[in-house]
Amino acid sequence: MSALVPLVVMLPLLGAAITLIYGRNPRLQMLVTAGTLASVSVIAAILLATVDGSGKPLAVSVGGWPVPFGIVLYVDRLAALMVLVSSIVLLAVLLFSIGQGAADGVEETPISIFNPTYLILAAGIFDAFIAGDLFNLYVGFEILLVASYVLITLGSTESRIRTGAVYIVVSLVSSILFLAAIAMIYGAVGTVNMAQIAERVAQLPPQTQLVLHLMLVIAFGIKAAIFPVSFWLPDSYPTAPAPVTAVFAGLLTKVGVYALIRTETQLFASSDINTLLLIVALATMVVGVLGAVAQAELKRILSFTLVSHVGYMIFGLAIATEAAIGATVYYIVHHIVVQTTLFLAVGLIERKAGSTSILRVSGLMKAAPLLAVLYFVPAINLGGLPPFSGFIGKIALFEAAAQVGTPLMIVLIMGGILTSLLTLYALMRAWNLAFWREGDDFSEIEGRVGYLGKAPAADVQQETRRIPAIMTVATAGMVAVTVSLTVFAGPLYALCDRIGAGLLQPVSLVQIDQEAG
Amino acid sequence: MDVSLTLVIIMAVLFAAGVYAMMERSLTRVLIGFLLLGNATNLLLLIVMGVPGKAPFFGEDGALSDPLPQALTLTAIVITFAVSAFLLALIYRSWQLGQADTVEDDEDDVALRERTDAEDEIIEDESTPGEEEATTDFLETETSPITVLNMRDYAYIRDDAPVDVPDGASTGSANHAEGERDEEDRP
Repeated sequence: MSALVPLVVMLPLLGAAITLIYGRNPRLQMLVTAGTLASVSVIAAILLATVDGSGKPLAVSVGGWPVPFGIVLYVDRLAALMVLVSSIVLLAVLLFSIGQGAADGVEETPISIFNPTYLILAAGIFDAFIAGDLFNLYVGFEILLVASYVLITLGSTESRIRTGAVYIVVSLVSSILFLAAIAMIYGAVGTVNMAQIAERVAQLPPQTQLVLHLMLVIAFGIKAAIFPVSFWLPDSYPTAPAPVTAVFAGLLTKVGVYALIRTETQLFASSDINTLLLIVALATMVVGVLGAVAQAELKRILSFTLVSHVGYMIFGLAIATEAAIGATVYYIVHHIVVQTTLFLAVGLIERKAGSTSILRVSGLMKAAPLLAVLYFVPAINLGGLPPFSGFIGKIALFEAAAQVGTPLMIVLIMGGILTSLLTLYALMRAWNLAFWREGDDFSEIEGRVGYLGKAPAADVQQETRRIPAIMTVATAGMVAVTVSLTVFAGPLYALCDRIGAGLLQPVSLVQIDQEAG
Repeated sequence: MDVSLTLVIIMAVLFAAGVYAMMERSLTRVLIGFLLLGNATNLLLLIVMGVPGKAPFFGEDGALSDPLPQALTLTAIVITFAVSAFLLALIYRSWQLGQADTVEDDEDDVALRERTDAEDEIIEDESTPGEEEATTDFLETETSPITVLNMRDYAYIRDDAPVDVPDGASTGSANHAEGERDEEDRP
């Protein structure tokens, strides 16, 4: 089974090479890209079944070097689950972009570079998930970041260059911080293997541990967009093409959160910054959602809720009990799927109405009833209404926090509930204005929500475009996946609980050595 | 572990200079800052290697240097190289579009500033140089080193970068469409 592990990264890279060579043959490119991502999701499902069945992680030492010296690929339940979920999301978004490319020609998604870059992005994401050594994690991050630089400036229009520059410079700073942190960790413990770092870090003086720990947390925090370093996200995501924004929103921040989980539970389990993380989580949740309330443009609203909901994951991570980590993992899975679906639905709204400003769009309920369903279901899911997965994830987080029961936990639960309600408010206000409002009804806009008129991009109006069936199918498929997170919440949540329990038990180097040998 | 003080000092200076240059609005200076930071980090990797000047793999016990940081440095150099190439392309494109290679303001900040300005005329545009007491060095400096031409003045210097189209599609019409879109984007 362990022979399958490197394929998760190799297949997308190989696919990228093939699609690059056949740059003039769009149909073949699409087939190769879709085939690659589909086979990765099959492999990920097999890996998850194997790892979960045996209860032991898989480890592969690349190139046959003995374990602490060579690069180790390491797949436990969490890594396998993340690879599975992200490959499904990547596949659905690919279908969406195929539809968009077929309808618009090459303007929005220049096909000859879109497919290879998309596959390289996938390779970087998967590599980051299965990295068993810190430097390989860095390389995975760089692969996905460089691909994301290309995707976010796709078509290189003026607005994308403007926002792309901000995104790229911020990412560069976080990469440099991460690399410097690796160098300092290597200086302190003499290894980059994660299991070995975890063993040796505990022997360092607490102050040294804290410095190294904080450097990593800041580097990953920029990528995960947690509060003081989240300012770049709402400005840079909305201008990219709809499928690109969807996949970035769903996956890129979660790779940062995943790295934070590894840091907190495995690398620096002995160094405790949970109180700091709790405060940061509260600020991320509340500040993020307040930003969403002040926006008039749907993509910006969603970008702000994205920041705010990363706060929930940091919250769960900072509670640091088995139940809380399990709830965090469930919340991450829920959020990847739901946030991507919402961005896809907004992509459809943009085509149908020619605008994503909730002041401009109106009467969609009559004009496009199916689209209304595709927006409404993930929206109330993200807002956390029962019986959807957002509710399950949040209630599990609050329960885990209530079990700890310190005053700070109670404050965070309050903050979480407030954030959830404000998210619901922002998304339902968009629903009321864009879907329920009659086409000629301007009383709301001039009255109670008039202050939104000065929000960025509130006046943008472009031509409307046809929605090809494949885009609707891709979005509907994602909505079905969000609903299935509720339907199969039992088995999935049990798996997340096992992940939570597994993460808090340190993995020894010897164990990895045996697996790899 | 013994380290060379010279290397540490050079690294510190590079980090300081890199951070300073990255604070600039001009993307070219950001690139220079990034290169300095990248080299500073590579030096940091070499410093953690131990006493400099020894060969890896070859020599007596205790006189060897650690080969791993060298491998890490090589990888980091390659990554820095690739990212710099991309940044240069970005800067060129930004210049082509007539933005004079500067990092522009966040749209929300602009909207917020306009809102505040409407309420209170006294508050001046923060990017106007020399008007207020300078709290940083950057307010007073003109930082657009490569504005040889002002693109907005020369209508014929338009974006003529080749457009990425598969076989069969007409290149001319795509170019035309791009030109039109740029026109719309322009404030």
